[in-house]
Amino acid sequence: MNFLVSIAVSFVAFIIVVLIPWIGIGVFGMHTFFGIVVPYAAMATFFLGVILRVIGWARSPVPFRIPTTAGQEESFPWIKTNPVDNPKDTKGVIARMLLEILCFRSLFRNVRLEYRDADDGTRITFEWEKWLWIAAIVFHYSFLVIFLRHFRFFTEPIPGFVHVLEKLDGFMQMGVVPVVGFGVPGVYITDMLLMAALTYLFVRRIYISQVRYVSLPQDYFPLFLILGLGTTGILMRYFIRVDITSVKELVLGLFKFSPSVPDGIGVIFFIHLFILCVLISYIPFSKLIHMGGIFLSPTRNLANNSRKFRHVNPWDYPVKVHTYEEYEDEFRDVLIEAGIPVEKQPDEKAGESE
Amino acid sequence: MADTPKPEELTKIDHTAPLKGWMDTPVELKPGIYCHAASPDDLRAVDTPNVHEWRPGDEDWNLPDNWKNIVEDGFKLRLDRFRSFKLFMDICVRCGACADKCHFFIGSGDPKNMPVLRAELFRSVYRKKFTTGGKLLGRLAGARDLTEDVLKEWWYYLYQCTECRRCSLFCPYGIDTAEITIIGRELTNDLGLNTGWIAGPVANCYLKSNHIGLLPHVIKDNIEFFVDDIEDVTGIRMEPDFNRKGAEILFVTPSGDYFADPGTYTCMGYLMLFHYLKAQGLDITWSTYAAEGGNFGFFTSHEMAKRLNAKIYAEAKRLGVKWILGGECGHMWRVIHQYMDTFNGPADFLEEPVSPITGTRFENAKSTKMVHIVEFTADLIKHNKLKLDPSRNDGLILTYHDSCNPARGMGFLEEPRYVIKNVCNNFYEMPSNTIREQTFCCGSGAGLNAGENMELRMRGGLPRANAVRYVHEKYGVNMMACICAIDRAALPTLMQYWVPEVDITGVHELVANALVFKGEKKRTTNLRGEPLPGMEDE
Repeated sequence: MNFLVSIAVSFVAFIIVVLIPWIGIGVFGMHTFFGIVVPYAAMATFFLGVILRVIGWARSPVPFRIPTTAGQEESFPWIKTNPVDNPKDTKGVIARMLLEILCFRSLFRNVRLEYRDADDGTRITFEWEKWLWIAAIVFHYSFLVIFLRHFRFFTEPIPGFVHVLEKLDGFMQMGVVPVVGFGVPGVYITDMLLMAALTYLFVRRIYISQVRYVSLPQDYFPLFLILGLGTTGILMRYFIRVDITSVKELVLGLFKFSPSVPDGIGVIFFIHLFILCVLISYIPFSKLIHMGGIFLSPTRNLANNSRKFRHVNPWDYPVKVHTYEEYEDEFRDVLIEAGIPVEKQPDEKAGESE
Repeated sequence: MADTPKPEELTKIDHTAPLKGWMDTPVELKPGIYCHAASPDDLRAVDTPNVHEWRPGDEDWNLPDNWKNIVEDGFKLRLDRFRSFKLFMDICVRCGACADKCHFFIGSGDPKNMPVLRAELFRSVYRKKFTTGGKLLGRLAGARDLTEDVLKEWWYYLYQCTECRRCSLFCPYGIDTAEITIIGRELTNDLGLNTGWIAGPVANCYLKSNHIGLLPHVIKDNIEFFVDDIEDVTGIRMEPDFNRKGAEILFVTPSGDYFADPGTYTCMGYLMLFHYLKAQGLDITWSTYAAEGGNFGFFTSHEMAKRLNAKIYAEAKRLGVKWILGGECGHMWRVIHQYMDTFNGPADFLEEPVSPITGTRFENAKSTKMVHIVEFTADLIKHNKLKLDPSRNDGLILTYHDSCNPARGMGFLEEPRYVIKNVCNNFYEMPSNTIREQTFCCGSGAGLNAGENMELRMRGGLPRANAVRYVHEKYGVNMMACICAIDRAALPTLMQYWVPEVDITGVHELVANALVFKGEKKRTTNLRGEPLPGMEDE
């Protein structure tokens, strides 16, 4: 499939995701459905889906201890080891996993191939390339901060950390021309960072030929979803204001299991909410589940100590081997001739068979 | 055999991926890239299912009628058995970090050699068979049917991967293409689609305990030749013995060391080290039954790896040794370090390894009870147990090639460097992106060291060779050391092609050349019979 088709397909799918609540609310007034039914269904799909997925992985055992060792192993006391990149015990594994999960350690190693074939020779070098790592870090942490900031809508009273985050995040109080209303809210850095990182991730997927070649529709679709989520969020905050009090009432109702949809919430909010619902329902069925998978990755979450402690394969079964006895029976004469010790002399063997 | 292109033609590589989608680009099997089919006799020797006559270049591979069911059932079985495989089918985000890390992609520019795409060849079928989205949406969800063309594509690219695991180092989720290749090859093996250069050695290892099928007395004869050669150089006669019960230590090395240069010189190195230590209390024996440390079964299936590996513990038990010492080999050590105890342990009939010379306990090998000869020697040097004259290696300007498996499957990085620096005076590292855990494969590992796929091997070895050329030009490096038998077999060819000024040596050849024996005659040549520095006229 040509990459343009992939992008088109996922973009159309995204547009449909936007149109469904737009038409559903705007034309048919299905507030209860989009405000209550869909969010509950999405949350149930997300939690159940993720749990089932992780159980599914966990049901397959880890027959062999196969960490990818990225540094010096445990050796003699006089050889300096790398206890994190080549962990010898659980403590090391925890450190390695924390670095992977919190800092994207492996991605940080990334370099870019520079291949030059000229008359004076071929040069294969590896250039600095941390953009992917930077974009990944910026994207994930911005998303996290934005999610935490949203606790202002989920909780009453608003927890202290939300205020702290908002303060830190909003320290750049640049003015934005208000389109609707008069309030000029502070600009959140994470909003801009999220959109910038997503744009970079999208552009590199098309611009770098190798990444373009391997990309599937399901690689573009979540980018569109999250870009849509960010765009509708930003629109609501700066341009198309919605009644925050009513939104909070709706959300609190959902979490208290006494849901109701107050009047007067703009359709843009329902689009925002629906995109979110699609996104979280999509997680268990897509590559977005990678956040759960990294914890289980056998090349990262095992200690490199398989010569020190025996690792057991739960489905191990006996296999047919060529035993020494068979080997000696086949080669006894040449073994004896070569002066190599044997278990049985030829006459003994003859005696046995009589 | 296809003519291998000249180096200047081969370096014309375009890494830009085409615009046409990969699923719409059918596989084209190019001579020079793939290996011959396995001989049916070799496959039957180890009870392989569905043995049949076929040739990779043929349109019809004579597959069994129910081949799709075999693949599907085999796929399902392995998803249930290997968390790695199941997880790696699901969590890839196609970020592309692995793409330009693979030596085969760098050397060929073939976009299906990008590790991510090599895995996608399988994921696409996985989605179609085992995921709801793939079943419902098909191509739109990146899913495709299993067809004969897809199977051929699998086969072609499975045997263009050396299981070196360099991609897994860079993957943010630790996705290891070696796992996918190993399991993918198991599926092809279930259909009788193995290659000659893997199935032949497997059959030989199974029946005759070494990969080219030497008979037991020939192994002994070859080692006797080494003993003669060593006597010519040193004036001292080594006294190895075979299959001796009651020895303290069993020595197991890859069988390439018995007959193929320059592995033979490494083998002489072991012989000399053992003889040197005899007076200090080393009691070691060789075996003609456990004569193969290398494990070609690992290139076939986990089961075959286990079947071949079983001989090592069986022989140790029969001979009643206390522990096992292993020679210089790459994938052999991946199997010993990460698989052997699980395959064929527990080795409760052995004792925790202790060096009889230094008293050092090899704590890190206390369960497997098998010690790498380079760590054994490093410990000897650290305790001043070897009299060494590194100036005998002064004719060499060395660099060191980390073999993939000891590097990324063990973390065996400093031990060999410590030994080398103690037996040689001129040592230079290759660029940091090409050594240690980031080392580049020789391009011929995992059963690809055949003759008919020479173009592939030269392409796959290009990143390694290019780093060698760099240190050759910068420091005058003329010798590259390694601790892998496949390296010793494959790298000389690679160097001849890309950097003919550089030759290959095992680490224990260097040790033996530097080793000063009591009562030896004046050493004028090294083990290769070449004059030592300053001895050119003698």
